[in-house]
Amino acid sequence: MSTFLLEIVTPERKVYAQDVDMVSVKGIEGEFGILPNHIPFVTPLQIAPVVIKKDRQEEYIAVNGGFVEVRKDKVVILAESAERQTDIDLDRAMAAKNRAEQRLKAKQDEFDFRRAELSMQRAMNRINVKKHR
Amino acid sequence: MASGRDIKRQIKSIQNQKQITKAMEMVAAAKLRRAQEAAQASRPYAEKLKEVVDSIASGTRDVKHPMLEKRPVKKTGYLVITSDRGLAGGYNANVLRKVTQTIRQRHKSNDEYVLFVIGRKGRDYFNRRNMPVMEEVTGLPDAPAFADIKSIAYTSVKKFAEGAYDELYLYYNEFVNALTQIPVEKRLLPLEDMSGSGTATSYEYEPSPEGVLEVLLPKYAETLIYTALLDGKASEFGARMTAMGSATKNATKMVSNLTLTYNRARQAAITQEISEIVAGANAQS
Repeated sequence: MSTFLLEIVTPERKVYAQDVDMVSVKGIEGEFGILPNHIPFVTPLQIAPVVIKKDRQEEYIAVNGGFVEVRKDKVVILAESAERQTDIDLDRAMAAKNRAEQRLKAKQDEFDFRRAELSMQRAMNRINVKKHR
Repeated sequence: MASGRDIKRQIKSIQNQKQITKAMEMVAAAKLRRAQEAAQASRPYAEKLKEVVDSIASGTRDVKHPMLEKRPVKKTGYLVITSDRGLAGGYNANVLRKVTQTIRQRHKSNDEYVLFVIGRKGRDYFNRRNMPVMEEVTGLPDAPAFADIKSIAYTSVKKFAEGAYDELYLYYNEFVNALTQIPVEKRLLPLEDMSGSGTATSYEYEPSPEGVLEVLLPKYAETLIYTALLDGKASEFGARMTAMGSATKNATKMVSNLTLTYNRARQAAITQEISEIVAGANAQS
């Protein structure tokens, strides 16, 4: 089975760089899977887990605020933050979720609301990835 | 002439200072290495982003985006990166002098520009001079994360898009090596020279080239700010290391000079005492 190189890069470091069989991401227009020899493609991503399939194993990575660039031989995901399962601090994510929940209840002006919503999404994303085994 | 005890006290105090500067030098050296690594690690992200933005801009001819367009300049934004702490040689002074000079040349009144400041030194400087600081970030850690400056980067880019000012300049110390840091000015917005180096891979865009640019361009500008910050941090530690290194060297020199003076004074006192004794003995016989 053919593979392709997947790279996940954040401003701070390179999180992932390996040959994989398939990767599934959630673009702003919807979820889609990328197999080798996909057409060159660029789209922004939603705050959602990225699923990597490699040697019949699945790995989940929590990606936030990024986009994906697909090339013939290579796929690059650029994101503001990306964490593998082992890097996620579950307690911190839970705390962030609770904080965001409280803020959402408080109903401040629209800007704060949007921010709380985003941080809620990020926290949920991390929790989902962490719990997925 | 100072007495022996005074000189001795002075030597002791300089030696204490030397210990401090020596320690600071070594701490800065260690941090410099880490800062350099961080700056290195951020490079792939910035390059990748530029690549994609480039290829969109060159691949599709008629993309229009407010961040790519030049407008007549009525108001200017400046984002200045300084450090929180001093004792870093000319690190802060150099970049602040450059900003102040440019502002004086370009603008007649305080209404024609706004400032964004990172670092306590810069903030205090501008506040003292009553210059309009719109937003500030202080107390950044030695290895700043992207999230730390996300808000200032986001605001400064958004205000441009909203038309609060028509160009945005970035001021920071560019890291050349541990001995040399050059204060530089970079025009961040509007983004220019975006087309040209066309590695013309024709991509499919979802939802559309414009839609992708909409997301990508602010991100790109924010990333440029972040890389500048990391460069600035490396420069800060480089400057501090050099400054503290030369302070240590000066202290060593002063101690050796003072020791010489001290020994001379001691010798002079002994000589005098001997000649007094001899004179006394002579007078008695």
